Amino acid sequence: MTQQVSQESAKEVRRLDRVIIRFAGDSGDGMQLTGDRFTSETATFGNDLSTLPNFPAEIRAPAGTLPGVSSFQLHFADHDILTPGDAPNVLVAMNPAALRANIDDLPKGAEIIVNTDEFAKRAMAKVGYATSPLEDGSLDGYRVHPVPLTTLTVEALKEYDLGRKEAARSKNMFALGLLSWMYNRPVEGTERFLRTKFAKKPQIAEANVAAFRAGWNFGETTEDFAVSYEVAPATKAFPTGTYRNISGNLALSYGLVAASQQADLPLFLGSYPITPASDILHELSRHKNFGVRTFQAEDEIAGIGAALGAAFGGALGVTTTSGPGVALKSETIGLAVSLELPLLIVDIQRGGPSTGLPTKTEQADLLQAMYGRNGEAPVPIVAPSTPGDCFDAALEATRIALTYRTPVFLLSDGYLANGSEPWRIPEVEELPDLRTQFATGPNHTLEDGTEAFWPYKRDPQTLARPWAVPGTPGLEHRIGGIEKQDGTGNISYDPANHEHMVRTRQAKIDGIEVPDLAVDDPEGPDGAGARVLVIGWGSTYGPITAAVRRVRRAGGQVAQAHLRHLNPFPANLGEVLRGYDRVVVPEMNLGQLSTLLRARFLVDAQPHTQVNGMPFKAEQLAHVLKEAIDHG
Amino acid sequence: MADVLAQGDRERAPHPLALVPKTEVKQTAKDFKSDQEVRWCPGCGDYAVLAAVQGFMPELGLARENIVFVSGIGCSSRFPYYLSTYGMHSIHGRAPAIATGLAAARSDLSVWVVTGDGDALSIGGNHLIHALRRNVNLKILLFNNRIYGLTKGQYSPTSEPGKLTKSSPMGSLDAPFNPVSLAIGAEASFVARTVDSDRKHLTEVLRAAADHPGTALVEIYQNCNIFNDGAFEVLKDREQAQEAVIRLQHGEPIRFGLPAEDGLGSKGVVRDPASGELEVVDVAEHGTDGILVHDAHAQSPTLAFALSRIADPDTLHQTPIGVLRDVRRPVYETLMTEQLETAVHKNGKGDLGSLLHGNDTWTVAG
Repeated sequence: MTQQVSQESAKEVRRLDRVIIRFAGDSGDGMQLTGDRFTSETATFGNDLSTLPNFPAEIRAPAGTLPGVSSFQLHFADHDILTPGDAPNVLVAMNPAALRANIDDLPKGAEIIVNTDEFAKRAMAKVGYATSPLEDGSLDGYRVHPVPLTTLTVEALKEYDLGRKEAARSKNMFALGLLSWMYNRPVEGTERFLRTKFAKKPQIAEANVAAFRAGWNFGETTEDFAVSYEVAPATKAFPTGTYRNISGNLALSYGLVAASQQADLPLFLGSYPITPASDILHELSRHKNFGVRTFQAEDEIAGIGAALGAAFGGALGVTTTSGPGVALKSETIGLAVSLELPLLIVDIQRGGPSTGLPTKTEQADLLQAMYGRNGEAPVPIVAPSTPGDCFDAALEATRIALTYRTPVFLLSDGYLANGSEPWRIPEVEELPDLRTQFATGPNHTLEDGTEAFWPYKRDPQTLARPWAVPGTPGLEHRIGGIEKQDGTGNISYDPANHEHMVRTRQAKIDGIEVPDLAVDDPEGPDGAGARVLVIGWGSTYGPITAAVRRVRRAGGQVAQAHLRHLNPFPANLGEVLRGYDRVVVPEMNLGQLSTLLRARFLVDAQPHTQVNGMPFKAEQLAHVLKEAIDHG
Repeated sequence: MADVLAQGDRERAPHPLALVPKTEVKQTAKDFKSDQEVRWCPGCGDYAVLAAVQGFMPELGLARENIVFVSGIGCSSRFPYYLSTYGMHSIHGRAPAIATGLAAARSDLSVWVVTGDGDALSIGGNHLIHALRRNVNLKILLFNNRIYGLTKGQYSPTSEPGKLTKSSPMGSLDAPFNPVSLAIGAEASFVARTVDSDRKHLTEVLRAAADHPGTALVEIYQNCNIFNDGAFEVLKDREQAQEAVIRLQHGEPIRFGLPAEDGLGSKGVVRDPASGELEVVDVAEHGTDGILVHDAHAQSPTLAFALSRIADPDTLHQTPIGVLRDVRRPVYETLMTEQLETAVHKNGKGDLGSLLHGNDTWTVAG
């Protein structure tokens, strides 16, 4: 901590076990950056944390409007937490629109820090405030801190020879400084970050550092802020290890690089920019020194086409996209099914249909991934459950693709992609060995005794076909999307052969080895298990688990299971489902997993669905579970 | 634009086969025939092209396993099945995209794309133009028969306007593409045109394409004897062809028609000084001054484009064949490989452990 901010404070410090803060402002106010920095400080401090960035699809939506509000919510605690939190304890509102858009989420008693400079009549009228909410009593019951953030920032930067407008841009750093004081966050990281970020503009760097410190000092000296808070590090929440904070898209990118290294295959990404998947393209394009080739294609179809072409050439082919992109790629995915080449299709799901809600989350591509192709074209599906888990899920999807020579869907979503959490950094030695064998010679003896290479002669165990890459002498062969003769791979229109090939491709996917589903079902006081099972998939893991904890704390009994493999399902899934009186399936769609479960296992799985572009709130889910228990 | 490439750019346009392993065994056309029965209609122009390609491949002296043919959908796209190289018969229009990924990942392969007018110019138009502008090391053979064959005779994007087909009983309303003009407009570094039945010319053009660093587009006028028979007859008939075909040779005056006294064609192509348009003149009247000399290596695409427009779209009279454009510019995968090498040079070979660690970590002790 620097000299300026290190004076001993005489103010009271209160201990809290957890806090939920939401930063909200215009989409040009730098709220995502502010939230990211506060998150980094919090991670470095050692709290457990979970974040929820929420921003409009427009880059700079009209200033001061409700649709233009961008927010970042952070939940941090001295214990293990699972979600970004249902309702903020603290709201930082940079303008009237930010206040209006977020106030309904705040419980009474919450603290609100408002930038009073922006509460001019016109700005308030723009979002429907006829009178000032700061004066008309509508915020009674909240603890409001009116702070002229803009004026204070400009004042603090008057030595820097910046115009008022430019100086005012640092107000987010002033707010960050103030919040950093309130919650006793370490500040060195942010100062270092600012100096690196603006390395080419040292004056701007120093101005931002000055605004940040001014915010800290403001908290320290102003009477309005009588108390600061301490949230102790979550030392007991974490197993031993080295940690960093990581977002889902970053973890997924690292997972792909790791998969390529562990498979000893060069990574080839063919991709077309699309929200919220583009960050993976950005990240991977920075790691060319790992032999990673990134190809920004002319469209979604070319993205997967190039990845498939590279896979034919022996690369680990990957394409990254979101729902609308998957729709465009469907035909090529079908080709990959027919060619039986390894390929990863990463779908960062967002609100649909069509363009839908590009920056909001949803899980409504499950059935598209499962069935969205012509013909019988089964594709394995793997879904990560937390931001950090995106790393492991990428390795698992790669294992399946390489072992079974098949395209594999990796279904993440906007919430996982942009949200972040502490992640225990794995040792490279812990990572799975994903090396695979290319075909090197003939694999079949013809009737006349000559040796031949048959591209569709399968491994009897996995049913995978050999991967013979161009450049291998003697294995020249032709593959394509027309039905192939079993074994030889030559074109075949024979009815019996087609029947055999369709069933064999299905059998190969059905036979993929996936771990059994684990069920968390602690014995009740009577020694019996729960009668209600809650089962989810993907990013609902955090909210469901938080809800389950609440129910159990209140004395309710509920079992929980979470699916990582959606195709094929774990072998014991049917047995698990049939072991409970009621099965509740929370999903951010209109019941796609429950549809699959009902169809496959003839169980009365009850969907609980939400499609508002946001993750579930733990409290609501807890209520749903309680209902299921009480009326079971 | 400068005529001479900077030294660095020359290095970025190495010979396309520089990294492809050679064979020490002498090859013949037979070595490039697969065991599959060829299933085009009897009399189809595709047979001639297949024979020419099989006959030409040994000339390259490449290890056969390092050659890949990728195709889309359509009659011509069955091509890979009949060659004993590696091959992929993919989906409609996507062959350039798939081949781009393969070529970008594997500089040691000679990658060929076989496509048709519907495949390349209709459903796959986007991939074609982007492959051309990127200058990926692909040799694209575009079989143009000006009709949809495999779907049984609908008009194609190169069919003449007013064409009567099953899907245009009152005549097609579409204005056609000129594939050569389109390719030049798409920044192609190599564009040529040839005819299925002229084995010698076809082979010469294949040779020039194989020698070209980057994407080479070869339009092959190919006869569909079932649905569009005789579409290029005027270019094939010995007598008519003398007037109809302009054979382009780099460095030679652009002359065609019945031989004049000097043994070259009696007609020549000149540029009208007032309008800048190309004109065909009678050499006897005009004299040989001002007759354009073909320069396929000109950096400016202006003349090549003008030549691509000189044919009469209805009669195909004055159709230029040969290499219209052949210029050097950096090859996509060479640049890509260079970036990978630069990254290693600057940051060292990637270390997974330090990547995963990053800069902001904390430790939880037991």
